Amino acid sequence: MKYSYYPGCTLKTKAKELNDYAIRSAKVLGIEMEEIENWQCCGGVYTTAKDEIATKLSSIRALAQARDKGQDLLTLCSACHNVIKRTNNDIQTDGDFAFKANNYMAPDMEYHGETKVVHYFEVLRDVIGFDTLKSKVVNPLKGRKIAPYYGCLLLRPGTVMAFDDPENPRVMEDFIRAIGAEPVMYAQRNECCGGYMTLNDKEIAENRSETVVTSAVKKGADCMITACPLCRYNLEANSVTELPVIYFTELLAEALGVKEVQ
Amino acid sequence: MFNTKISKEELERISGVKTNKCMKCGKCSGTCPNFDGMDYHPHQFVDMVDKGNIEPLLQSDSIWTCLSCMACLQRCPRNVEPAKLIEAVRLAVVRQQDANHLHAEEIPELLDEDLPQQAIVSAFRKYKK
Repeated sequence: MKYSYYPGCTLKTKAKELNDYAIRSAKVLGIEMEEIENWQCCGGVYTTAKDEIATKLSSIRALAQARDKGQDLLTLCSACHNVIKRTNNDIQTDGDFAFKANNYMAPDMEYHGETKVVHYFEVLRDVIGFDTLKSKVVNPLKGRKIAPYYGCLLLRPGTVMAFDDPENPRVMEDFIRAIGAEPVMYAQRNECCGGYMTLNDKEIAENRSETVVTSAVKKGADCMITACPLCRYNLEANSVTELPVIYFTELLAEALGVKEVQ
Repeated sequence: MFNTKISKEELERISGVKTNKCMKCGKCSGTCPNFDGMDYHPHQFVDMVDKGNIEPLLQSDSIWTCLSCMACLQRCPRNVEPAKLIEAVRLAVVRQQDANHLHAEEIPELLDEDLPQQAIVSAFRKYKK
Protein backbone atom coordinates (compact mmCIF):
# COMPACT_ATOMS: atom_id res chain seq x y z
CA MET A 1 0.00 0.00 0.00
CA LYS A 2 1.33 3.43 -0.98
CA TYR A 3 0.82 6.67 0.91
CA SER A 4 1.65 10.30 0.28
CA TYR A 5 3.97 11.13 3.16
CA TYR A 6 4.30 14.53 4.84
CA PRO A 7 7.44 14.55 7.04
CA GLY A 8 7.47 18.17 8.28
CA CYS A 9 10.38 20.41 9.25
CA THR A 10 11.70 18.66 12.34
CA LEU A 11 11.72 15.12 10.94
CA LYS A 12 14.34 16.16 8.41
CA THR A 13 16.59 17.72 11.03
CA LYS A 14 16.43 17.21 14.81
CA ALA A 15 14.09 14.21 14.68
CA LYS A 16 15.60 12.16 11.87
CA GLU A 17 15.23 8.95 13.90
CA LEU A 18 11.44 9.34 14.05
CA ASN A 19 11.44 9.50 10.24
CA ASP A 20 14.13 6.92 9.44
CA TYR A 21 12.88 4.15 11.74
CA ALA A 22 9.34 4.69 10.43
CA ILE A 23 10.40 4.27 6.81
CA ARG A 24 12.53 1.23 7.59
CA SER A 25 9.70 -0.42 9.55
CA ALA A 26 7.10 0.44 6.91
CA LYS A 27 9.08 -1.52 4.31
CA VAL A 28 8.87 -4.64 6.47
CA LEU A 29 5.14 -4.10 6.87
CA GLY A 30 4.49 -3.60 3.15
CA ILE A 31 3.82 0.13 3.40
CA GLU A 32 5.38 2.56 0.95
CA MET A 33 5.82 6.16 2.08
CA GLU A 34 6.12 8.45 -0.94
CA GLU A 35 7.25 11.86 0.22
CA ILE A 36 5.23 14.63 -1.39
CA GLU A 37 7.17 17.13 -3.47
CA ASN A 38 8.07 20.59 -2.26
CA TRP A 39 6.12 20.30 0.98
CA GLN A 40 6.06 23.39 3.14
CA CYS A 41 6.10 23.67 6.94
CA CYS A 42 2.66 23.22 8.52
CA GLY A 43 3.37 26.06 10.96
CA GLY A 44 3.67 23.81 14.02
CA VAL A 45 0.41 24.85 15.63
CA TYR A 46 -3.09 25.12 14.24
CA THR A 47 -4.73 28.51 14.56
CA THR A 48 -8.31 28.27 15.78
CA ALA A 49 -9.30 31.73 14.50
CA LYS A 50 -11.99 31.47 11.83
CA ASP A 51 -10.52 34.32 9.81
CA GLU A 52 -7.02 32.82 9.48
CA ILE A 53 -6.50 31.76 5.86
CA ALA A 54 -2.86 32.22 4.80
CA THR A 55 -1.43 30.22 7.72
CA LYS A 56 -3.37 27.14 6.60
CA LEU A 57 -2.47 27.13 2.92
CA SER A 58 0.67 24.99 3.24
CA SER A 59 -1.47 22.18 4.66
CA ILE A 60 -3.96 22.54 1.82
CA ARG A 61 -1.19 22.33 -0.78
CA ALA A 62 -0.01 19.05 0.75
CA LEU A 63 -3.55 17.71 0.95
CA ALA A 64 -4.29 18.64 -2.66
CA GLN A 65 -1.12 16.95 -3.84
CA ALA A 66 -2.15 13.69 -2.14
CA ARG A 67 -5.65 14.02 -3.66
CA ASP A 68 -4.14 14.42 -7.14
CA LYS A 69 -2.23 11.15 -6.66
CA GLY A 70 -5.28 9.37 -5.28
CA GLN A 71 -3.46 8.58 -2.03
CA ASP A 72 -4.14 9.08 1.66
CA LEU A 73 -1.82 11.58 3.37
CA LEU A 74 0.36 9.93 6.02
CA THR A 75 1.85 11.89 8.92
CA LEU A 76 4.24 10.96 11.73
CA CYS A 77 4.75 14.12 13.79
CA SER A 78 1.85 14.78 16.17
CA ALA A 79 1.95 18.51 15.44
CA CYS A 80 1.83 18.16 11.66
CA HIS A 81 -0.96 15.64 12.05
CA ASN A 82 -3.00 18.02 14.21
CA VAL A 83 -2.53 21.02 11.91
CA ILE A 84 -3.20 19.17 8.66
CA LYS A 85 -6.15 17.16 9.91
CA ARG A 86 -7.88 20.21 11.44
CA THR A 87 -7.26 22.28 8.32
CA ASN A 88 -8.76 19.47 6.25
CA ASN A 89 -11.79 19.54 8.54
CA ASP A 90 -12.09 23.30 8.09
CA ILE A 91 -12.19 23.06 4.34
CA GLN A 92 -14.74 20.24 4.53
CA THR A 93 -17.09 22.00 6.93
CA ASP A 94 -16.59 25.77 6.56
CA GLY A 95 -17.76 26.98 3.15
CA ASP A 96 -16.49 30.50 3.70
CA PHE A 97 -12.99 29.20 4.52
CA ALA A 98 -13.04 26.81 1.53
CA PHE A 99 -14.04 29.64 -0.81
CA LYS A 100 -11.37 32.01 0.46
CA ALA A 101 -8.59 29.40 0.53
CA ASN A 102 -9.30 28.23 -3.02
CA ASN A 103 -9.69 31.81 -4.19
CA TYR A 104 -6.32 32.66 -2.67
CA MET A 105 -4.45 29.71 -4.17
CA ALA A 106 -6.30 29.59 -7.52
CA PRO A 107 -5.38 25.90 -8.06
CA ASP A 108 -6.05 23.99 -11.29
CA MET A 109 -8.59 21.92 -9.41
CA GLU A 110 -10.23 23.31 -6.26
CA TYR A 111 -9.62 21.41 -3.05
CA HIS A 112 -12.56 20.62 -0.76
CA GLY A 113 -11.20 18.10 1.72
CA GLU A 114 -11.19 14.95 -0.44
CA THR A 115 -7.97 13.56 1.09
CA LYS A 116 -7.97 11.27 4.11
CA VAL A 117 -5.31 12.19 6.68
CA VAL A 118 -3.88 9.25 8.59
CA HIS A 119 -1.27 9.06 11.32
CA TYR A 120 1.28 6.22 11.33
CA PHE A 121 -0.35 4.80 14.48
CA GLU A 122 -3.68 4.62 12.64
CA VAL A 123 -2.05 2.68 9.81
CA LEU A 124 -0.57 0.23 12.33
CA ARG A 125 -3.96 -0.20 14.03
CA ASP A 126 -6.46 0.04 11.16
CA VAL A 127 -4.60 -1.09 8.05
CA ILE A 128 -1.99 -3.57 9.26
CA GLY A 129 -3.67 -4.52 12.54
CA PHE A 130 -1.90 -5.21 15.82
CA ASP A 131 -2.32 -8.99 15.49
CA THR A 132 -0.49 -8.93 12.15
CA LEU A 133 2.13 -6.59 13.57
CA LYS A 134 2.65 -8.99 16.47
CA SER A 135 3.18 -11.86 14.03
CA LYS A 136 5.94 -9.89 12.28
CA VAL A 137 7.85 -9.11 15.45
CA VAL A 138 11.17 -10.99 15.46
CA ASN A 139 12.59 -9.37 18.56
CA PRO A 140 9.81 -9.00 21.16
CA LEU A 141 10.70 -6.36 23.77
CA LYS A 142 10.02 -8.68 26.69
CA GLY A 143 10.24 -7.26 30.18
CA ARG A 144 10.31 -3.62 29.05
CA LYS A 145 7.90 -1.34 30.92
CA ILE A 146 6.96 1.45 28.55
CA ALA A 147 4.92 4.57 29.30
CA PRO A 148 2.95 5.79 26.28
CA TYR A 149 2.82 9.58 26.05
CA TYR A 150 -0.05 10.85 23.93
CA GLY A 151 0.20 14.54 24.79
CA CYS A 152 -2.42 16.89 23.34
CA LEU A 153 -2.07 16.95 19.61
CA LEU A 154 -2.97 13.41 18.56
CA LEU A 155 -6.15 13.43 20.62
CA ARG A 156 -7.67 16.89 20.76
CA PRO A 157 -10.14 18.09 19.73
CA GLY A 158 -11.58 14.58 19.78
CA THR A 159 -14.46 15.36 17.40
CA VAL A 160 -12.03 16.43 14.66
CA MET A 161 -9.00 14.23 15.33
CA ALA A 162 -11.10 11.05 15.84
CA PHE A 163 -7.81 9.32 16.66
CA ASP A 164 -8.92 7.46 19.74
CA ASP A 165 -11.03 8.05 22.86
CA PRO A 166 -9.58 11.47 23.84
CA GLU A 167 -9.79 10.77 27.58
CA ASN A 168 -9.12 7.05 27.61
CA PRO A 169 -7.00 6.23 24.57
CA ARG A 170 -5.52 2.77 24.02
CA VAL A 171 -3.81 2.69 20.63
CA MET A 172 -0.33 3.24 22.08
CA GLU A 173 -0.92 0.65 24.81
CA ASP A 174 -2.04 -1.86 22.19
CA PHE A 175 1.03 -1.01 20.11
CA ILE A 176 3.30 -1.61 23.11
CA ARG A 177 1.67 -5.01 23.73
CA ALA A 178 2.02 -5.93 20.04
CA ILE A 179 5.80 -5.41 20.16
CA GLY A 180 6.03 -7.64 23.22
CA ALA A 181 6.45 -5.04 25.97
CA GLU A 182 4.25 -4.01 28.88
CA PRO A 183 2.39 -0.66 28.81
CA VAL A 184 2.48 1.46 31.95
CA MET A 185 -0.74 3.29 32.84
CA TYR A 186 -0.21 6.72 34.41
CA ALA A 187 -2.38 9.77 34.97
CA GLN A 188 -0.55 12.37 32.88
CA ARG A 189 -0.35 10.50 29.60
CA ASN A 190 -2.67 12.93 27.80
CA GLU A 191 -1.72 16.18 29.54
CA CYS A 192 0.49 18.86 28.00
CA CYS A 193 4.34 18.75 28.18
CA GLY A 194 4.55 22.56 28.02
CA GLY A 195 4.95 22.72 24.24
CA TYR A 196 6.49 25.82 22.67
CA MET A 197 6.46 27.52 26.08
CA THR A 198 10.00 26.17 26.48
CA LEU A 199 11.23 29.01 24.31
CA ASN A 200 10.32 32.02 26.40
CA ASP A 201 8.66 30.82 29.61
CA LYS A 202 10.85 27.91 30.57
CA GLU A 203 9.54 27.56 34.10
CA ILE A 204 6.09 26.62 32.82
CA ALA A 205 7.56 23.98 30.48
CA GLU A 206 9.69 22.65 33.34
CA ASN A 207 6.69 22.32 35.64
CA ARG A 208 4.63 20.51 33.04
CA SER A 209 7.39 18.14 31.93
CA GLU A 210 8.38 17.24 35.47
CA THR A 211 4.74 16.49 36.33
CA VAL A 212 4.39 14.16 33.33
CA VAL A 213 7.69 12.34 33.85
CA THR A 214 7.26 11.77 37.60
CA SER A 215 3.74 10.47 36.97
CA ALA A 216 5.19 7.77 34.69
CA VAL A 217 8.21 7.00 36.91
CA LYS A 218 5.98 6.45 39.95
CA LYS A 219 4.15 3.75 38.00
CA GLY A 220 7.41 1.93 37.24
CA ALA A 221 8.12 3.00 33.66
CA ASP A 222 11.65 2.43 32.38
CA CYS A 223 11.13 4.53 29.29
CA MET A 224 8.52 6.67 27.57
CA ILE A 225 7.47 6.78 23.91
CA THR A 226 6.11 9.69 21.91
CA ALA A 227 5.37 10.70 18.31
CA CYS A 228 6.20 14.36 18.87
CA PRO A 229 9.72 15.90 18.68
CA LEU A 230 8.78 18.84 20.90
CA CYS A 231 7.27 16.55 23.56
CA ARG A 232 10.45 14.48 23.49
CA TYR A 233 12.61 17.56 23.90
CA ASN A 234 10.55 18.97 26.78
CA LEU A 235 10.25 15.69 28.65
CA GLU A 236 14.01 15.12 28.50
CA ALA A 237 15.46 18.64 28.68
CA ASN A 238 12.95 20.28 31.01
CA SER A 239 12.33 17.65 33.67
CA VAL A 240 14.60 17.09 36.65
CA THR A 241 13.58 13.47 36.98
CA GLU A 242 15.35 11.47 34.31
CA LEU A 243 13.55 9.00 32.10
CA PRO A 244 14.61 8.01 28.57
CA VAL A 245 12.07 9.35 26.05
CA ILE A 246 12.22 7.76 22.62
CA TYR A 247 10.24 7.80 19.41
CA PHE A 248 7.76 4.96 19.04
CA THR A 249 9.22 4.15 15.63
CA GLU A 250 12.58 3.30 17.20
CA LEU A 251 10.96 0.57 19.30
CA LEU A 252 8.98 -0.60 16.29
CA ALA A 253 12.16 -0.94 14.23
CA GLU A 254 13.87 -2.74 17.12
CA ALA A 255 11.00 -5.23 17.44
CA LEU A 256 10.91 -5.82 13.69
CA GLY A 257 14.66 -6.43 13.66
CA VAL A 258 15.50 -3.47 11.40
CA LYS A 259 16.89 -1.02 13.91
CA GLU A 260 20.44 -1.46 12.68
CA VAL A 261 21.09 -0.52 9.06
CA GLN A 262 21.62 -3.58 6.91
CA MET B 1 0.01 51.12 23.57
CA PHE B 2 -2.20 49.02 21.35
CA ASN B 3 -5.88 49.60 20.63
CA THR B 4 -7.97 48.30 23.53
CA LYS B 5 -11.33 48.93 21.87
CA ILE B 6 -11.96 45.33 20.93
CA SER B 7 -15.62 44.34 21.07
CA LYS B 8 -17.24 41.15 22.29
CA GLU B 9 -18.78 40.76 18.81
CA GLU B 10 -15.36 40.91 17.16
CA LEU B 11 -13.90 38.30 19.52
CA GLU B 12 -16.93 36.03 18.99
CA ARG B 13 -16.54 36.43 15.22
CA ILE B 14 -12.81 35.60 15.23
CA SER B 15 -13.17 32.67 17.64
CA GLY B 16 -16.55 31.27 16.67
CA VAL B 17 -17.28 31.04 20.42
CA LYS B 18 -20.69 31.94 21.83
CA THR B 19 -20.02 33.04 25.39
CA ASN B 20 -23.67 32.86 26.45
CA LYS B 21 -23.62 29.06 26.08
CA CYS B 22 -21.46 28.90 29.25
CA MET B 23 -23.21 27.46 32.34
CA LYS B 24 -20.35 28.53 34.64
CA CYS B 25 -19.40 25.10 35.91
CA GLY B 26 -15.69 26.00 36.05
CA LYS B 27 -14.51 22.72 34.55
CA CYS B 28 -12.30 24.55 32.00
CA SER B 29 -10.21 26.19 34.72
CA GLY B 30 -10.37 23.08 36.92
CA THR B 31 -8.77 21.00 34.17
CA CYS B 32 -6.26 23.63 32.97
CA PRO B 33 -2.75 22.14 33.40
CA ASN B 34 -1.26 25.63 33.59
CA PHE B 35 -3.79 27.13 36.01
CA ASP B 36 -1.04 28.52 38.28
CA GLY B 37 0.69 30.16 35.31
CA MET B 38 -2.32 32.25 34.32
CA ASP B 39 -3.44 35.55 35.82
CA TYR B 40 -6.89 35.21 34.25
CA HIS B 41 -8.21 31.66 33.94
CA PRO B 42 -10.20 30.10 31.11
CA HIS B 43 -13.61 30.55 32.80
CA GLN B 44 -12.79 34.24 33.38
CA PHE B 45 -12.09 34.77 29.69
CA VAL B 46 -15.55 33.45 28.86
CA ASP B 47 -17.26 35.46 31.62
CA MET B 48 -15.39 38.72 31.04
CA VAL B 49 -15.82 38.67 27.26
CA ASP B 50 -19.52 37.92 27.79
CA LYS B 51 -19.79 41.03 29.97
CA GLY B 52 -17.67 43.16 27.61
CA ASN B 53 -14.90 43.54 30.21
CA ILE B 54 -12.18 42.89 27.65
CA GLU B 55 -9.34 45.34 28.29
CA PRO B 56 -7.82 43.45 31.27
CA LEU B 57 -7.67 40.31 29.11
CA LEU B 58 -5.85 42.15 26.32
CA GLN B 59 -3.21 43.16 28.86
CA SER B 60 -3.07 39.83 30.67
CA ASP B 61 -0.15 37.37 30.91
CA SER B 62 -2.57 34.56 30.21
CA ILE B 63 -2.73 35.23 26.47
CA TRP B 64 0.99 34.33 26.41
CA THR B 65 0.95 31.51 28.99
CA CYS B 66 -2.03 29.51 27.67
CA LEU B 67 -0.45 26.26 26.45
CA SER B 68 -2.97 25.78 23.63
CA CYS B 69 -3.24 22.19 24.88
CA MET B 70 -7.00 22.18 24.27
CA ALA B 71 -7.82 20.50 27.59
CA CYS B 72 -10.48 23.14 28.36
CA LEU B 73 -11.86 22.88 24.85
CA GLN B 74 -12.10 19.09 25.01
CA ARG B 75 -13.65 18.91 28.47
CA CYS B 76 -16.21 21.74 28.29
CA PRO B 77 -19.64 20.11 28.78
CA ARG B 78 -21.33 22.95 26.86
CA ASN B 79 -18.89 23.03 23.96
CA VAL B 80 -18.00 26.67 24.64
CA GLU B 81 -14.34 25.97 23.85
CA PRO B 82 -12.55 28.65 25.94
CA ALA B 83 -9.16 28.02 24.24
CA LYS B 84 -10.56 29.50 21.03
CA LEU B 85 -11.55 32.65 22.88
CA ILE B 86 -8.11 33.00 24.48
CA GLU B 87 -6.57 32.61 21.01
CA ALA B 88 -8.87 35.32 19.63
CA VAL B 89 -7.87 37.75 22.41
CA ARG B 90 -4.19 37.02 21.72
CA LEU B 91 -4.69 37.59 18.00
CA ALA B 92 -6.54 40.83 18.68
CA VAL B 93 -3.27 41.97 20.26
CA VAL B 94 -0.56 40.53 17.97
CA ARG B 95 -2.37 41.60 14.82
CA GLN B 96 -1.82 45.20 15.84
CA GLN B 97 1.26 47.17 14.90
CA ASP B 98 4.36 46.55 17.02
CA ALA B 99 2.59 44.16 19.39
CA ASN B 100 4.57 40.98 18.75
CA HIS B 101 5.47 39.05 21.89
CA LEU B 102 8.48 37.29 20.32
CA HIS B 103 10.99 38.82 17.92
CA ALA B 104 13.35 37.10 15.50
CA GLU B 105 16.33 38.89 17.06
CA GLU B 106 15.65 37.15 20.39
CA ILE B 107 15.78 33.66 18.93
CA PRO B 108 19.54 32.95 18.71
CA GLU B 109 20.10 33.25 22.45
CA LEU B 110 17.09 31.02 23.19
CA LEU B 111 18.41 28.13 21.13
CA ASP B 112 20.20 25.05 22.35
CA GLU B 113 21.58 22.18 20.35
CA ASP B 114 18.62 19.85 20.82
CA LEU B 115 15.74 22.31 20.50
CA PRO B 116 13.52 21.12 17.63
CA GLN B 117 12.62 23.53 14.81
CA GLN B 118 9.00 22.80 15.67
CA ALA B 119 9.35 24.83 18.88
CA ILE B 120 10.45 27.93 17.01
CA VAL B 121 7.81 27.86 14.28
CA SER B 122 5.11 27.13 16.85
CA ALA B 123 6.15 29.99 19.12
CA PHE B 124 6.27 32.38 16.16
CA ARG B 125 2.84 31.28 15.03
CA LYS B 126 1.46 32.03 18.48
CA TYR B 127 3.38 35.13 19.47
CA LYS B 128 4.03 37.01 16.27
CA LYS B 129 1.93 38.47 13.51
